[in-house]
Amino acid sequence: MAMTAKKLNQVTESALEPISRAATLVSSKWHNGPRWVRFVGFLVVIALAVLAPAQSIGNFMAPQSDWRTILFYPIGSYILLALGLNVVVGLAGMLDLGYVAFFAIGGYTMAVLGVNYNWTFWEILPVGVAAAALSGVLLGAPTLRLRGDYLAIVTLGFGEIIQRVANNLAITGGPTGISGIPHPPSIGHISSLTYGVLDARPYYYLELAMIIVVLFFTARLEKSRVGRGWVALREDEDAAELMGVPTFTFKIWAFAIGASVGGLSGVVYAAKVIAITPENYPLLLSVLILVCVVLGGSGNRIGVIAGAFLVAWLPERFRGLANYRILIFGAMLVLMMIFRPGGILPARRRRAELLEGRGGGAHLGAEIDIEQTSPETEV
Amino acid sequence: MHNLVILFWPSIIDGITTGAIYALMALGYTLVYGVLRLINFAHSEVFMVGTFASLFTLHALGITNSPGGIEAVGVFLLITIAAMAASGLAAIAVERVAYRPLRKRNSTSLASLISAIGMSFFLQEVFALRYGRDLIPFPRILQKTVWFHIGNGEVRSDKVLVVLGSLVMMLILDRFVNGTRLGRGIRAVAQDPSTAVLMGVNIDRVVTLTFLLGGIMAGAAAMLYGTFYEVTQYNIGFVIGIKGFTAAVLGGIGNIRGALIGGFALGLVETFGGAIFHAQWIDVVSFSVLVLVLLFRPTGILGESLQRAKA
Repeated sequence: MAMTAKKLNQVTESALEPISRAATLVSSKWHNGPRWVRFVGFLVVIALAVLAPAQSIGNFMAPQSDWRTILFYPIGSYILLALGLNVVVGLAGMLDLGYVAFFAIGGYTMAVLGVNYNWTFWEILPVGVAAAALSGVLLGAPTLRLRGDYLAIVTLGFGEIIQRVANNLAITGGPTGISGIPHPPSIGHISSLTYGVLDARPYYYLELAMIIVVLFFTARLEKSRVGRGWVALREDEDAAELMGVPTFTFKIWAFAIGASVGGLSGVVYAAKVIAITPENYPLLLSVLILVCVVLGGSGNRIGVIAGAFLVAWLPERFRGLANYRILIFGAMLVLMMIFRPGGILPARRRRAELLEGRGGGAHLGAEIDIEQTSPETEV
Repeated sequence: MHNLVILFWPSIIDGITTGAIYALMALGYTLVYGVLRLINFAHSEVFMVGTFASLFTLHALGITNSPGGIEAVGVFLLITIAAMAASGLAAIAVERVAYRPLRKRNSTSLASLISAIGMSFFLQEVFALRYGRDLIPFPRILQKTVWFHIGNGEVRSDKVLVVLGSLVMMLILDRFVNGTRLGRGIRAVAQDPSTAVLMGVNIDRVVTLTFLLGGIMAGAAAMLYGTFYEVTQYNIGFVIGIKGFTAAVLGGIGNIRGALIGGFALGLVETFGGAIFHAQWIDVVSFSVLVLVLLFRPTGILGESLQRAKA
C-alpha cells in the first residue's frame, strides 16, 4: 500500500514537473520583464474579458445555460469575492469561514435602501461597502486576538448569525426576502450599458470594472507597508510583533478591506437579481469562496482569479454530467491539494517556502512530520 | 420570562439530550485537533455514514416496529456495532485519503482543510446519488414512553438512552486515553510530536488510532441520533458537525473533558435560548454565547490540549 502510494507520487510528480517548471519560467520572465510587456499583457487580458460575453465564446463555454448570466454570477461574483477573501486569508493568513456575511450585508444594504428609501445604486454603493467594512471591524475588534482555529469558528458563527438575522427580522423581509430591488441607472443609450432585466452583459461590465479597480487597489496595497506587515504576521505573528509591526491594527485593516470587497460584490449582485432571500447566502458559499482562494493559490491574485473562475465555471460547463459534477469536484479538490498544495499558481513567496519544505502559513495550525518538526512552544 | 418558568425543566432535559449527542461529536473534533492541530471538516460525513449504517442494519434485520425484551437489546447492540464500525472505517479512510498524503508532503493546514472539504463533498454526493436527496425515515425501534417527571419535564425512554449511551461512551474513551498504553501514545503526540517520535511512538499508528476513536464516537452519536430523531439524509451531518465543532471549541478544543462540558453547555444554551427568545433565534444565541465565552476565555472553558485534561 505504502509502496504503491509512493510510486504513484513519483509518477505524478515527474509528470507534473515540466508543467510547474514552465509555470515558474513564465512567471519569472513576467515579473522580471520590462514594464511595458506587463502593461500590454494586462491590456490584452482586459480586452479578452470585454469580448468574453460574445455568443460564439458562450457556445463553447456554457452550451447548456445563458453564458452572460453565468459570467456575472457565479463567475464574476466569485472572482470579486475571492479577491476580497484573498486579502484576509492569502495575505494576512487569517482563516475566515464566514465571508458570505459581508456579501449578505452588501446585498441587504442595497435591497433595504433601494426598496424602502428609493436610493439609487450609485448612492447605495459606498454605503453598502462602508456597512460591510464596519461590520468587519465590529467582528474583528473583539475576536482578532483569538488564534487561527478559534477565529475560524467565530467567523463561521458570524456568517450563520447574519443569515439567521436576515431570516428573522421584519426589515429584511424574513424568509421571503426583499424583491423589487432597483437596477443601476443606465449610462447613455448604449445597449451594453443599459441596465434591464434580461441582458446580463451590462452587469458583467460593471463587475469587470470593479474587479479591475479591486485588483489595482490590492496590488498597490500588497506592496505597501500594510501589505508587508500582513505577510510578516502571516509567517510569524510573534516575530512580526517584536519587529514593531502593529499586528492587531493590521489584522483589523485586513478584515475591513476584505469585508468591503465582499460588500461591494453583494451590492452589485443584489442590484442585478431584483430579489434576494437569506437562502442566497448559505455557509456553503463561504466554503466555496475559500476553496477558490486556496485552489487558485492563496496570496497570488492571478491564481485566485483562476481558481474562482474554475470553481464557478466548471459545474456550469459540465451541466451535462448533472449529478456527478459535485462528486467530481470533491475528488478534484482532494487530488489538487495532494499534488499541488500551493494551488494552481502559488504565490511566489509561498512557493519558495514550499521548496524549502516549511509550508508557510504556519500559525493556522501546526503540521507534524517526522523529519523536521517545529517545536510547539505555545502550550 | 413566563415562558422560561413553564419550559424550565423541559429545557433542562432536552438540553442534556441534544448536548449528549453534541458532546460525542465534539470528541471527534477534539481528538483530531489535539493530535494534528487540524479541524477535521469531514467529520460530519463520518457521522452521516454512521446513521446510514445503522439504518441499513435495521433494514437487513427486517425490523419495522419496536422489538421487545431481549430481542431489543440484541438489535441495539447490532446497530451500534454497525454504526461504530462504519464510522470508524470512514474516519480512517478520510485520514488515509485526505490527510496522510498532505501530511507526508508537509503542506499547509489550509491545504488540509480544503482536501477535507473535498472529501466531505465527495462522501455526501456518493450517498446522495445512491440513496437520493430526501429525508429517509428510521423505523421506530424504541417506544417513546414517559417514565417519570422532573418538575413538569417528561423523562422519556429514548432521551434516557441517548444520555446514558453517550455517557458510557465518553467514560470508555476517557479511560482509554488516560489509562492505556495506546492512549498514552495519543497524549504524547498531542503534547509534543517530535519528542514523542524520538521516544519511539509510531506517529502514523497514533494518527490512525485517533481518527478511529473519533469515528467510533461519531458512530455512537449516529446510532443515538437515529433512534432519537428517526431520520437521516445525505447532508444530515452538516448541522450536527457545526454544532459538535462549536461544542469542542466552547469547552476548549483538544481537551476531552472540555468537549464533554462544551457539548452539554451548548445543548443547554440552545434549549434555554429557544425558551427565552424564540426557536428561530437559537443559532444566533448559541453562536453569540460562543463568542462571549471566547472573549473572556480565549481557549474555551477548560482550555486546550489533551495532556492537561488529565489534571
